Amino acid sequence: MNPLTICLLISALLFATGFAGAVTRRHAILVLVGIELMLNAANLNLIAFWRFGPHPEALTGFIFVLFSMALAAAEAAVGLSLVIAIYRHQQTSNLDEVRELKG
Amino acid sequence: MNGIVQFLWLIPVLPLLAAGIIAVNKQPQRRLAATLAIGSMALGFLLSLGAFSATLAPHEGAGPFRAVDGFNWIQFGGPDHWLQLGWVLDPLTAIMLVMVTFVGLLIFIFSVGYMAQDQNFMRFFCFLALFAAGMLGVVIANNLFLFFVSWEIVGLTSYLLIGFWFHKPSAAAAAKKAFITTRIGDLGLLLGMVWLYAQTGTLNFYDHGKGCLEAGACMQMATQVTLGGLAVSTMIGLLIFLGAVGKSGQVPLHVWLPDAMEGPTPVSALIHAATMVAAGVFLVARVYPLMAAGAPPLETGVPVTTALTVVTWVGAITAIFAASIAVAQYDIKRILAYSTVSQLGFMMIGIGVGGVAVGMFHLITHAFFKALLFLGSGSVIHGCHEEQDVRKMGGLRKYMPVTFVVYAIGMLALAGFPLFFSGFWSKDEILHHAHNWSGSPIPFYLGCAAALLTAFYMTRQVALVFYGKYRGGAGDHAPAHAHAEAPAHGRQPSAHDHDLDPDHNHGHGHGTPHESPAVMTVPLMILAAFAILLGFIGTPAWPWFDGYLTGEAASFDLGKLFTSGTVFVLLLSSVIAFTGLTLGWILYGQRQRQNAGEKDVLEAAQPTLFKLLHNKYYIDEIYELTVIRFNAFAAWLCDFLDQWIFGGAVLLVSYAAIGGAWVCRRTDEYLINGGFDAACALLRELGGGSSKLHTGRVQTYLRVIGVALVLLILFLIWGRKA
Amino acid sequence: MSTLLIITAVVTLFAAVAAMSLRNLVHCALMLAVSFSGVAALYLQLNAEFVAFTEILVYVGAVAILIVMAILLTRSGESPEKSVLTAGWYAGVAVTAMVFTTLGWAILSSSALPQTVAPAPVVSVKNIGDTLMGRYVLPLEIVGLVLTAAMIGAVLIAFKAEPRDKNQKS
Repeated sequence: MNPLTICLLISALLFATGFAGAVTRRHAILVLVGIELMLNAANLNLIAFWRFGPHPEALTGFIFVLFSMALAAAEAAVGLSLVIAIYRHQQTSNLDEVRELKG
Repeated sequence: MNGIVQFLWLIPVLPLLAAGIIAVNKQPQRRLAATLAIGSMALGFLLSLGAFSATLAPHEGAGPFRAVDGFNWIQFGGPDHWLQLGWVLDPLTAIMLVMVTFVGLLIFIFSVGYMAQDQNFMRFFCFLALFAAGMLGVVIANNLFLFFVSWEIVGLTSYLLIGFWFHKPSAAAAAKKAFITTRIGDLGLLLGMVWLYAQTGTLNFYDHGKGCLEAGACMQMATQVTLGGLAVSTMIGLLIFLGAVGKSGQVPLHVWLPDAMEGPTPVSALIHAATMVAAGVFLVARVYPLMAAGAPPLETGVPVTTALTVVTWVGAITAIFAASIAVAQYDIKRILAYSTVSQLGFMMIGIGVGGVAVGMFHLITHAFFKALLFLGSGSVIHGCHEEQDVRKMGGLRKYMPVTFVVYAIGMLALAGFPLFFSGFWSKDEILHHAHNWSGSPIPFYLGCAAALLTAFYMTRQVALVFYGKYRGGAGDHAPAHAHAEAPAHGRQPSAHDHDLDPDHNHGHGHGTPHESPAVMTVPLMILAAFAILLGFIGTPAWPWFDGYLTGEAASFDLGKLFTSGTVFVLLLSSVIAFTGLTLGWILYGQRQRQNAGEKDVLEAAQPTLFKLLHNKYYIDEIYELTVIRFNAFAAWLCDFLDQWIFGGAVLLVSYAAIGGAWVCRRTDEYLINGGFDAACALLRELGGGSSKLHTGRVQTYLRVIGVALVLLILFLIWGRKA
Repeated sequence: MSTLLIITAVVTLFAAVAAMSLRNLVHCALMLAVSFSGVAALYLQLNAEFVAFTEILVYVGAVAILIVMAILLTRSGESPEKSVLTAGWYAGVAVTAMVFTTLGWAILSSSALPQTVAPAPVVSVKNIGDTLMGRYVLPLEIVGLVLTAAMIGAVLIAFKAEPRDKNQKS
């Protein structure tokens, strides 16, 4: 069991945790929390591959993660503002009750 | 030579134009109608005289004068195959043209007076002119097609003229009977003509050697044998003769002629005495080369073939049959009608035993004196205020002297009074040839018997009508209004015109009979003159007529009168005529009946025989029971077939169509519509089902994404591996 | 090394699980911050120092705070009475199990992973700066644009535009 596999497994567990929360919890913000956890798991995956993969001096994985973090922050901002807007509109942040797009 | 032939077509066309112009005139214009009709006939007469003189001129070639002319009418079949219409000018044509136009002209003039009070004057002259056109077309036709067309026109106008007073049911029925009976004969004519055309390939009678009546074609047809072992020419001849049987009233198709007396008297005179019924005899004369083809050579020079034998026998039977019926009739016109039938039988005998000239001679003479007799009877009827029963007439000799004289001349001609009257010479010719006929002696005996009866019943008629005392209506007026005894051949002063009454309403009821006006008596006198004079062109001493028709010159030789065969028949026919006249005078002239209701002498003697003869041997009733009933049954059967079988089939088809339409409708409703609706419902449900995927809940979408992710990974891994 | 890795991993995972399962949302947010820190520690052990500090700065310093602010703005601070789990959470658990099983199996059965451990790379900030401004300058600028857009968008979406305020202003 080399470190890479361990790191990958850790990231997979983190990902699964985030995913479980995202699809199970009722509150909209907790879905976003889950998404952040998933993103972190993906970043971890990338760093693990950067560290134990070929050519770590090229910094490819590194830069990738930097950008990913930046975008994750942007996405968190937008997402949370969306949740706020929905809360203002529907007076609830319960995802079971927000079903306006029901077809 | 070619000159007059080119204008021959004018002779029938002029009356046709006259008929057309009269027909389109809405306002009654009697003068115009009469002028047109009489004018066209007069012009036709002049042209006929021209044609006649052309045939008298000397010509090259053996045989009689013959000139043909024609024109191409329709192209059918190949490019060189033309239907030609043409006319022929030969002695037969010329003599018939002269006779028809002359007699027709006289009768037209007579009709102006006779029909003066009738309301349908215009229609009468239109039909008369049309008839003249048809009859003249029959005479000049050189072409089977043109002949048949003209033949049918003649039949049509006969129907129209017999039924002229169509509001009388008896007249309408008589017209229908005439048309249908002659139609039966025309069927045979048509079949014969079609066969003739099929056999010879040409429709023209005379066509410079190629015609179907010329020697080449006739010989070819005579040698071909068809069913029954008879030659083709015999069969065709017999079929064509069937047409003549219908038109000329031979037994058994004679039944229409007596009933045709329902028409006006000029019609009876023109059509049913002189011309139309003569057309049948003319037809037999026309196709005589065909009928005589293939005869074994004989020493008398007269061919004896099967066809001609049949013609002779039919004529003989008709002659005696009709003459016997005429003895027991009371209607003045009926007696004359049966007499016509009998004389037509004589003409057929003549053609059969002696050739064209013999029969045609009697036809020409008969035309004149029969027309004379009919017109005279018309004058009598007119004078007796439309009375037609001879029992109610009598003693008219005193009231209508001119009519009496001309009528007597006609009667003597018909009876065959020797030497001075044309009827004697023509009938003698026939009896002479019948006596010498190699076929059988029986037609000669039948002819003699018929001649005897002819003389007898004519004497009976004249005695009942003109002698004795007047038995009609209130007979006591009779002597008070007796006209002065005018000279026998004088013209009547026109002061009698005021005595004319309209046809159907009398000014002074049944009163005195009176003489007819000049416009009616003058034609009578002209006809009487010819009834006497015509005889002299056919005597054995100077057989001009015979020579004219055969193209040989005839010489005047009194010696021929006294050859043994000739003088025997001459004496025999004289004896027959005298016997008949005497018998008639004894029975009817001397013992005058006193009143109208008295029984006839013969009826008292032989009641059953008289009754049989009076009822025309019940032929009409037999026909009614058999042919008419069969026809009615056939018509009913056809109606039944049409209604139930064919109509039923049509109904079945219509039901099938409706059933098909119903099936289509059901298919459309349930299958197509239903299927379509079901498909739409399915789509809708699919859509409804699919829309359930859109829950609007984010977490559901996330779950689906998760599942898709798993599936993608699996695909990538395993897809790659595979 | 590996032991430390395992411990850090356990802490991180424990915090993550806690972040996802606690009833009180504020507690969740705090545990999330802990989990982020754990991830940063993991980065440090993987010789990605710059990323670790960036993680602390960005995630713990910004995202976690943002989440807390959102909780406050949506008045979710009180513990809810009803169940915290959504309807049909069984399906979610099943899908999660599927996902994890697949990932784990893929990782464990993969033969493409390198087996040897390379020596730790030396990463200086200067190297990072050079690479960023050299090879990855375009994505850098684009990310700048994206961040600007996101910022503006977030403000716009969350902006409270009330008709009352508008009327008062005009």
